[in-house]
Amino acid sequence: MLVKSQAGISIDKHVIYCRGAWTLPNLVQLERQIQTLRWPDASDVQFDTVDVTAMDTGGALLLHRCLRSITRNDRENIPQGLRPEFADLLQKVHTPSPCVEQKAVAFGTSWVERLTRVMQSRQAASSRALAFIGESTIAFGRALAHPRLIRWRALLRFVELDGVRALPITGLLTFLVGIVIAYQGAEQLRKFGTNIFIVDLVGISLLREIAPLIVAILIAGRSGSAYAAEIGTMKVTEELDAVRTLGISPMNLLVLPRALALVIALPLLTVYADVVGVFGGMLIALGELNVSFVEFIARFEEAVPVRHFLIGLGKAPFFAALIALVGCYQGFQIRGGVDDVGRHTTISVVQGIFLVIVFDAICSILLNWWDL
Amino acid sequence: MEQRPLSGWDGEALVKTSAVDIETPVIDVSHVTTKFGQAVVHADISLSIRRGEIFAIAGGNGCGKTTLLREIIGLITPSSGTIRLFGLDSRKLEMGDGHPVHRRFGVMFQQGGLFSSLTLAENVAVPLREHTTLSAGLIRDIVAAKISMVELPPDSAGKYPNELSGGMRRRAALARAIVMDPELLFLDEPTAGLDPIVATAFDELVLSLKRLLGLTVVMVTHDLDSLWGIATRVAVLGRGTVLGIGTMQELARSDDPIVRDYFHGPRGRSAREQAAQNGHSRHV
Repeated sequence: MLVKSQAGISIDKHVIYCRGAWTLPNLVQLERQIQTLRWPDASDVQFDTVDVTAMDTGGALLLHRCLRSITRNDRENIPQGLRPEFADLLQKVHTPSPCVEQKAVAFGTSWVERLTRVMQSRQAASSRALAFIGESTIAFGRALAHPRLIRWRALLRFVELDGVRALPITGLLTFLVGIVIAYQGAEQLRKFGTNIFIVDLVGISLLREIAPLIVAILIAGRSGSAYAAEIGTMKVTEELDAVRTLGISPMNLLVLPRALALVIALPLLTVYADVVGVFGGMLIALGELNVSFVEFIARFEEAVPVRHFLIGLGKAPFFAALIALVGCYQGFQIRGGVDDVGRHTTISVVQGIFLVIVFDAICSILLNWWDL
Repeated sequence: MEQRPLSGWDGEALVKTSAVDIETPVIDVSHVTTKFGQAVVHADISLSIRRGEIFAIAGGNGCGKTTLLREIIGLITPSSGTIRLFGLDSRKLEMGDGHPVHRRFGVMFQQGGLFSSLTLAENVAVPLREHTTLSAGLIRDIVAAKISMVELPPDSAGKYPNELSGGMRRRAALARAIVMDPELLFLDEPTAGLDPIVATAFDELVLSLKRLLGLTVVMVTHDLDSLWGIATRVAVLGRGTVLGIGTMQELARSDDPIVRDYFHGPRGRSAREQAAQNGHSRHV
């Protein structure tokens, strides 16, 4: 049996010869040949298909096209000598099937309609978000009243996953940021001969703003996305429905341990980041400005009031709550489908970071008014 | 029925396949052992599947049916032993790097494996778009033909997978599996979770497609009705080995206690009576 018979089609007077393997690999070439053919005008055209050695659905479709273009006066052309199994296939594709390529959703064409739809979905989303905030506040209040409701085991696990395991990366990043700030400051301070002020610069900026912010942004990327993806996947695999039907509140089981764990872990991470960041600054102060560790620490005590540290630390639990709630909320919004998981995970990170920075800005303005 | 010639894609594969005569098994599993950590799933399994049959892999839950299927199509590698697919070591398939053999078989996964971001028609068209340079018009026609072959309504073509029912999703996955007119079709639990009417219709569909396209079908199934109704040969897995292999009539006479329990439980009996009533009219 010759396998790679070149497929072909040719016309000799009133006979159209088809030969070879009318299968996928040859279809491109066959289609091209067919386009160059000039179909005979006579009515007694015959199709000779004795030499067709193979045929698949695509080949049958092409042959069907040829037959259709030659058919005149409703007289059906029957290919001569076609093997019975190929004839079956031809018969199958012959049954006309309506065109399939239609777009899935027909969106309204007028811009008013589109705008209305966008507004409606925004409105629905914000009422869902409000409902979520309400539900989680109630769950939180109830947990405060009855600490038994808190799932301590899960909570501790999340403290480990999102706090302890985040130590290396947060440490490294704030260390580097401490170095960067000290370097930039060193350049300017040396010009004025006020080397010792490096302590004020590094201490206040890190403790008050930069360390809490860096930690929060990192955790938003690290844990907020994980929360959204975890809860969303549970939704897709019907685990969330199972939780509900077993009479367990998803708030207590999923949201509360995550949110409380972050509220505990983020301040601790911030303190750690403060220490490591300031240490990075100390190294540069020693290397670039000849401020020894002893001088640095002595100056630190008088130049950096403890309120800067407390303000930085005080913001951390709020950052944590924002990140955890946004992550969990986006997880619950996932409706199914792979791209939906990806989209909401992205949104959880972007919104988490956005809210953290907005909250930080508001704090700065308010604290400035109160002269803190 | 005369076999369709193999449609090789590149020179090398052509030489190999044209030399293969019809009696050579399409799939040859020899001395396969599979271990997951400490657990031994398969201990020295050997079987071969011939061209043109509907070969069923049966057995209790957790006996490694799906694992064997995934090994055959190169998704996982057995701990030892070899599996040859069209005479080619299936370990070479592992990378999913578009080896020409991939165009010669289609797989229908248990959950369908449809791409959720594409419509049904786009899903079915994926293999054609990836592997051929056919014109858009011809691709559209082939996709439409396949959708009607699996008896899906034409208006479902524009729907996304999550808008389809379980049975329709199964059919859509089947349409995608056969869109390249493969020689070999793998079905993983094709009728699991379908109601009896839809399941029977699905069996009929597989049978008619097999006739129409000259397929060799390998299916993993629990469904005794499918086993009696359409399988030409059945391998029963259990205790890590092949407990029995042959036609259902042969297996029904088996002495092995597990095989006996499998086929002579209440469900097995009724499925058999049902098949006897139909007089195996569904057989080719």
